Amino acid sequence: MSEARGIYTLWLREVKRYTREKSRLISSFIQPLLWLIIFGSGMRFASTGLAGISYQVFIFPGIVGQTLLFTSMFMGISVIWDREFGFLKEILVAPISRVSVFVGKMFGGSTDAVIQGSFVFVFSFLVSIHVDITTFLFSLPVMLLITFGMVSIGLTIASLMESLESFGVIQTFVNLPLFFLSGALFPLSFFPQWLAWVSIVDPLTYGVDALRFIILRGMWIPIHPLYFDLLAVAAFDLGMIAVGTLIFGRTR
Amino acid sequence: MSLSDSANPGYMIQVNELTRRFGEVLAVDKLSFAVQPGEVFGLLGPNGAGKTTTLNMLATILKPTAGTATISGVDVTRHPSQVRRMIGMVFQEPSIDDRLTGRENLEMHANLYGVPRTEQKKRIDEVLDLVELTERANFLMRTYSGGMRRRLEIARGLIHYPKVLFLDEPTIGLDPQTREHIWTYISALSKREKITIILTTHYMEEADKLCERVAIVDYGKIIALDTPRRLKEGLEGDRISVKAEATPELAAKLNQSNLVKDLKEEHGELKLVVKDGDAMLPRIVEIAASLGVHIESMSIREPTLEDVFLHFTGREIRGEGTSEYHGLAAIKRRGIK
Repeated sequence: MSEARGIYTLWLREVKRYTREKSRLISSFIQPLLWLIIFGSGMRFASTGLAGISYQVFIFPGIVGQTLLFTSMFMGISVIWDREFGFLKEILVAPISRVSVFVGKMFGGSTDAVIQGSFVFVFSFLVSIHVDITTFLFSLPVMLLITFGMVSIGLTIASLMESLESFGVIQTFVNLPLFFLSGALFPLSFFPQWLAWVSIVDPLTYGVDALRFIILRGMWIPIHPLYFDLLAVAAFDLGMIAVGTLIFGRTR
Repeated sequence: MSLSDSANPGYMIQVNELTRRFGEVLAVDKLSFAVQPGEVFGLLGPNGAGKTTTLNMLATILKPTAGTATISGVDVTRHPSQVRRMIGMVFQEPSIDDRLTGRENLEMHANLYGVPRTEQKKRIDEVLDLVELTERANFLMRTYSGGMRRRLEIARGLIHYPKVLFLDEPTIGLDPQTREHIWTYISALSKREKITIILTTHYMEEADKLCERVAIVDYGKIIALDTPRRLKEGLEGDRISVKAEATPELAAKLNQSNLVKDLKEEHGELKLVVKDGDAMLPRIVEIAASLGVHIESMSIREPTLEDVFLHFTGREIRGEGTSEYHGLAAIKRRGIK
């Protein structure tokens, strides 16, 4: 019971901190907008090889996925901040387990990332996709599922890093391959065989596939059935949470 | 000093040959002491003496290399989470979330420590009142001054009604006024609540003013342990400084007189240690007069804990340049808004 209360407390803290930071909220609007408008319109004549789907429509769920990925990964920074400003000691000396600390931070980061991902839906009209409320509500749990594992990667990397700078560098190294290989920007069928193989181990591939299936409805023929995508993401989540709690548990 | 292996229920804290090594460095070397319930106990020593390391082991943050410690009879290595519920910790360096308000920081702490929800508000109001921060409670921490942050940290350490409160250098980096202010809170606290307080400090005055007993720690060892009063009395001597012309002659004569326990010349002044200072003053004047030496000024003071440290180690507590670094880092951090 007290562990659950601890998790809740740490979740609440992350969410409060996030919603109080105006600059982060604003940037969460700008980034996807840039991708959709600048990148999307620049590439709008590119063929998706799929009947009836324009490029901008095609990348829309991909940009949702990208926002989730980048935000989630960035949430790892909270571990470094907390260490830098000493707050980590207060948490670590509290009578709750390291696992709960990690899970609380993970839920917090995931919530923030999903809030950020939800903002992207505001721009669906720009690429003339009709997103109704049910579609959005269906996307929410899927988005949450995607972020668990991603936030865990961020937290894990941050637990291993000494400084903010090194975290930034490593973060980019992880973010970009996951993003590009996921099929967020191009259909996986465009990849040469060897890259297609690599994309199989990219968890975001399944996340983006699931989001496309939900957001584009019948327009998109999924690579995998929805349940398979969700299972793959869930398996990745569990694996990352296990690794994360293990590594975070060693933090001093 | 030998303590029985089984925890004596009469003591709140029992430390037995506690040792911590960091690689080659022996930070804490077979430390043993015991603290009574309700006592204010100080670990006094220069930076790097092993005080914080000791505190961290007692607070279950750091595992001892050897030795044992119990808090209220509970072993810190075997039952860390049980111990954590019984202790409050105020770290040397700031450890608050400055994006949250004072009250939110306290609420978070209450939740983490499982304070009953029905009591939460009452207790938070209580500790806010104690450190006089009620009016600032709903401001973001980043708007607090260094002293206010420190007070809030002390308040936070009390919400879960700990049996023992650890204060690691409670006034480091604070200006003298704020320091006095914090001292007042700490003494009031130890009088009002039935709480055992262990504090570390490298400020002599702090140890002298606040602690009922002081352990002087150097290189990870306790070199003296007693009440500040007895430690000072143990030196058996007042300190007299004499500024005079022709000091060497006076020094030679005083040395012959068998009246002084110790005599040193520093910056053209004679530093004497004498048994009964008040009675000695006129004697010194007489001796000087007999030599025709003119005394410019004289001062007398009782020994301080600084002298105690000097007596046992041959060094001054503040004299170590390099080890100040840690403290300075904390000062710098306190300044960060």
